[in-house]
Amino acid sequence: MNDALDVALRLVIVFVVFLTFPLIVGQTEHKVMAHMQGRLGPMYAGGFHGWAQLVADGVKFAQKEDIVPTGADRRIFQLAPAVALLPYLLVLLAIPIGPGEGAVGEVIDAGIFFVLAVMGVGVLGSLMAGWASANKFSLLGGLRTAAQLLAYELPMLLTAASVAMAAGTVSLPGIVDAFEWWWLPWQIVGAIVFFVAGLAELQRPPFDMPVADSEIIFGAYTEYTGLRFALFLLAEYAGIVVLCGLTTVLFLGGWHGPWGADGLGWVWTLLKAAVLAFVVIWLRVTYPRLREDQLQKLSWTLLVPLSLAQIALTGIVKVVIQ
Amino acid sequence: MTLAAATVTAAHATTTTAAETHGFLSPTGVEIAFLLVGLVTFGAAIVTVTTKQLVHAALWLVVTLGGLAVEYLLLTAEFIAWVQVLIYVGSVVVLLLFGLMLTRAPIGRSPDADSGNRWAALTVAVAAAAALVWVVVDAFRTTWIDLGDTAGGAAGSTAVTGASLFQSWVLPFEALSVLLLAALVGAIVLSRKTKTTAAAATTPSVPGTRSDKADQADADQADKEGAR
Repeated sequence: MNDALDVALRLVIVFVVFLTFPLIVGQTEHKVMAHMQGRLGPMYAGGFHGWAQLVADGVKFAQKEDIVPTGADRRIFQLAPAVALLPYLLVLLAIPIGPGEGAVGEVIDAGIFFVLAVMGVGVLGSLMAGWASANKFSLLGGLRTAAQLLAYELPMLLTAASVAMAAGTVSLPGIVDAFEWWWLPWQIVGAIVFFVAGLAELQRPPFDMPVADSEIIFGAYTEYTGLRFALFLLAEYAGIVVLCGLTTVLFLGGWHGPWGADGLGWVWTLLKAAVLAFVVIWLRVTYPRLREDQLQKLSWTLLVPLSLAQIALTGIVKVVIQ
Repeated sequence: MTLAAATVTAAHATTTTAAETHGFLSPTGVEIAFLLVGLVTFGAAIVTVTTKQLVHAALWLVVTLGGLAVEYLLLTAEFIAWVQVLIYVGSVVVLLLFGLMLTRAPIGRSPDADSGNRWAALTVAVAAAAALVWVVVDAFRTTWIDLGDTAGGAAGSTAVTGASLFQSWVLPFEALSVLLLAALVGAIVLSRKTKTTAAAATTPSVPGTRSDKADQADADQADKEGAR
């Protein structure tokens, strides 16, 4: 009974994080973008600096009519948002935020593989949406999504493999436990490649060619309305939370801070992830969208060679220090 | 490779005869789950090859491959299960869907996509399945493999799989890598060859930059395939 209660409590906590953190990132994005562009952003909803704007948006989405186009493949069209969103919930289960077994939803032996495998499944949702909408713009968006995933999955895997080599384990808590401060300069190239490839996988600007609004309206999500559309948006922000959490755990040492990992270690994890989330927003405001060919070129001619070089460097240093 | 690794780990676990310690008529929960998931996987596989809608076939393939991953999990082969999802669901099926959408993926039935080799395919499939089942049954018979009880943790955990793969089975592993490398180089060579012939064929009729751009696109494609 006690075990069942423990598991239930963990699931509830992860679920609450899954529902709140993406909203916090979204609200931060509203405000940060606004101030970077010399605006105020939402100011009225909820009273204090418009904190309840996204809640209001959620209510708005729930009230809208849920439309399925006549020519669409009905079941796949309706299933797609769930396929896009659920993987991020599963991934969140495996990300540790503090030392010990108490601070992770579920300890998974092959954590890196679990996380990367399940994140790859999420893209199937966009593909299904793009195909089932019976809309040319959606299909183009779906195609671009697939091409982007194929290009950026490889550098992401290779850099994650580099960290696993350095730590000698593929378990996420194990990697953070093995972390030393000098890993930061050692793995910095891998960290940047991982973060950039993750951004591309989430289709965040400057890698938002699949949803480029000036060309293909909103890519695979063009035909969606109401709650299902909101679910796709939620998937994007949950993806930011997951990507920042993963980069923190794999490359930035998770709960290790200047004053040791005891006690307030989880604060360090959250702080590092929050800084990364700020960088994600910052990049959106700063850079113009990459064209499709530039996007492919960046991955195949820059990120893949860099990640291979990082693996070679990791191997050499690992052999030398043993 | 996954299959080989699975048998490797199985062979390393302690073995006894099933009839001595475990009856066949009193299955545990895991065994029942294994059977049910197997049935679902089998059903999804049947639908994959019989459905008239091309993209639905690819999506049912996702269910089939996912079901196989769950079976690996139930056999405590966690590492292999996640690799199965990563490679097959995350990459192979996405590549498949990409190809379908790029060429031809109408919504609804596509009767012209049916193959005339239905019976030949069925024969080959049944023969292959019979051979595989016969080999596995003949190899293990009533051997009972205890999955949770080896020195380095559960059989099939990452540590045990890695140790056996890179200690006992390193030669087949390396031979497989060379085979994959050869396939990769072969793919690049083939795509380059078609490029030069296509360029030779089109150059007299299509002047100017048009064919240059097409060549560039072909070369990019070859690079992508190569890197994958």
